[in-house]
Amino acid sequence: MPRSTYQRLLGFIGKLVVVLILGFLVLPAAVVTIAAFNDKAILSFPPQAWSMRWFAKAIAYQDFRDGFRNGLIVTAWSSTVALAVGAMFAFALNRYRFRFKRVIEGVLLSPLVIPHFTVGLGFLILAAQIGWNRSYTVVIACHIVLVLPFVLRSVYVSLRNLDQSYERAAASLGASPLRVMVTITLPLLLPGLVSGWLFAAMLSFNEFTASLFVTAQRTQTLPVAMYNYVREFADPSMAALSVMYIAATAALIIFANAYLGLGKVLNIEQTR
Amino acid sequence: MNKLADQDARTQGPAADQDGAVRFNAVTKRFGETTALDGVSMSIRQGEFMTLLGPSGCGKTTLLNLAAGFLSPDGGEILIGGERMNDVPTYKREIGMMFQNYALFPHMNVAGNVAYGLKVRGVAKQERDRRVEAVLGLVRLAGFEDRTPRQLSGGQQQRVALARALVINPTVLLLDEPFSALDKNLRASMQVELREIQRKLNVTTIFVTHDQSEALSLSDRLAVMSEGRIRQLGTPQQIYRQPCDRFVASFIGDANVLRGRLEGVEGASAIIAIGPVRVKVPCGPLADVARSAAVDLFVRPEHLALSEATEACATHGTIVAHVYQGGYVDTYIECGEASRDRLLVRSGGHEAMTRWPTGARVGISVTSGEAVAFV
Repeated sequence: MPRSTYQRLLGFIGKLVVVLILGFLVLPAAVVTIAAFNDKAILSFPPQAWSMRWFAKAIAYQDFRDGFRNGLIVTAWSSTVALAVGAMFAFALNRYRFRFKRVIEGVLLSPLVIPHFTVGLGFLILAAQIGWNRSYTVVIACHIVLVLPFVLRSVYVSLRNLDQSYERAAASLGASPLRVMVTITLPLLLPGLVSGWLFAAMLSFNEFTASLFVTAQRTQTLPVAMYNYVREFADPSMAALSVMYIAATAALIIFANAYLGLGKVLNIEQTR
Repeated sequence: MNKLADQDARTQGPAADQDGAVRFNAVTKRFGETTALDGVSMSIRQGEFMTLLGPSGCGKTTLLNLAAGFLSPDGGEILIGGERMNDVPTYKREIGMMFQNYALFPHMNVAGNVAYGLKVRGVAKQERDRRVEAVLGLVRLAGFEDRTPRQLSGGQQQRVALARALVINPTVLLLDEPFSALDKNLRASMQVELREIQRKLNVTTIFVTHDQSEALSLSDRLAVMSEGRIRQLGTPQQIYRQPCDRFVASFIGDANVLRGRLEGVEGASAIIAIGPVRVKVPCGPLADVARSAAVDLFVRPEHLALSEATEACATHGTIVAHVYQGGYVDTYIECGEASRDRLLVRSGGHEAMTRWPTGARVGISVTSGEAVAFV
């Protein structure tokens, strides 16, 4: 049966709406990318002449370099500790029944709903009390709290997707619980653990609100350094840095999806 | 003196081996409010193929998981090889288990999967390789060592799972519905293969299934379970020919239920009247029943025969449909007087189809003495 004009019009409008929404989603990234190649020293749009010099400047700028280095230190520690702690809690929540289970789960996931500035402010007050307010420790501790729910979720989901019969089969073949854990459970959970770590790392590296409270000049992470920069200057080196940021993050996600099955962990992948 | 020695041998040596490779003594298991197993007792002989059969929720899988040690009983005791297993963890039980989905380790190849149990036991590499090769030969998968489970067909995966369970020489082999994921043809050939290997190795086997034809064709003995209890335990022939109650009679095989009346008892037989006909059945299940009480006669489809409607028969009916099955014909008959449900008559050849077309009136008679009756 041929489609009526009305149906065709409806179909066309539907597609148009989808395209507009998708376009809107990538618009900021697109604008920033174009602005990054602008030769002029002001963040104007659209650019008249093209240049790569802002990339060079962004890479050479000392605050950005320090921020990048600080960010890596904070990210590595916080996501690794969060992974270890989160994995243990995920195990306990998945495998055992105990009192206050719901309460513990609620507390662990609470940073999802508590505003980041609250967490940051809390750590700032706490750190000032014990005189740690200039150290990495506070920044790392703060980030652990913020990324823990995501790691916990990621490991919890992969644990739930793990068929219990693998571990039972290993036990029936004579493997002690520790051996089952090392030779069966952990290898099968590895994709979930790695992508949980990556997820945490990305969140930690990009975290700004809470970091603003707990970092000092010496410990400021890249987003904080960028914020401080943009308060004083308005040249496109910020845009150039953002482009590098986007490219690096995208590369990481593509890698994670291709090799670690990130999609499966986040429960979005269909059967291949 | 001699007599004493004999007695000793009977009570300790062979008795323990022959009668109790695996024993359940009044095993009870509860999950919250529900009782999954209610005082189940069973003894499985060395080398025996024992099937646990029943509808889902009957407790058969729970019993298997108790034998494996994945669950622990709330009451009673479990013995393997004469030793109490209640508090022995799975990994110390020396069992081999095959899972419904095979549970092959996806991050290991075939050789790695099969060698796992040997590695855990600290068997040296050379010896390990030799045994893996031998058992893969046994399940006809020689040369598949380097494949990953994902590269194997369903039947091949199953054989790897069997090899993995057998390579450790388990005292008991536990099979949890291993054939349910296979298509019909493959299933039949795998069943034959499994039984052959099981006989060859003489390994005590507990097999869980809800498929009654599988249970009848494979088992040395089978236990029909429902609602956490064993309803009947016996050889396939005993279960099929002398079901002990309604549940077993209707769960195993096809059964027609005819309404009759208890007329009297003659020795070990009871006489049931159906219309003008008298049928002899074992009187066991009817021991306490009063004369002329209404009883239900259970007759297998192959023990009913069609005849002309004019003849004096147990009952009469109208043919609803013939279902041609190749070697035999299943005929469904509407029969208001003697049965609530349609009767199923199974006859060899295909004369029934040509002689009595759909809609024809026929007489139905009971041809063998293998019927059973329950109140």
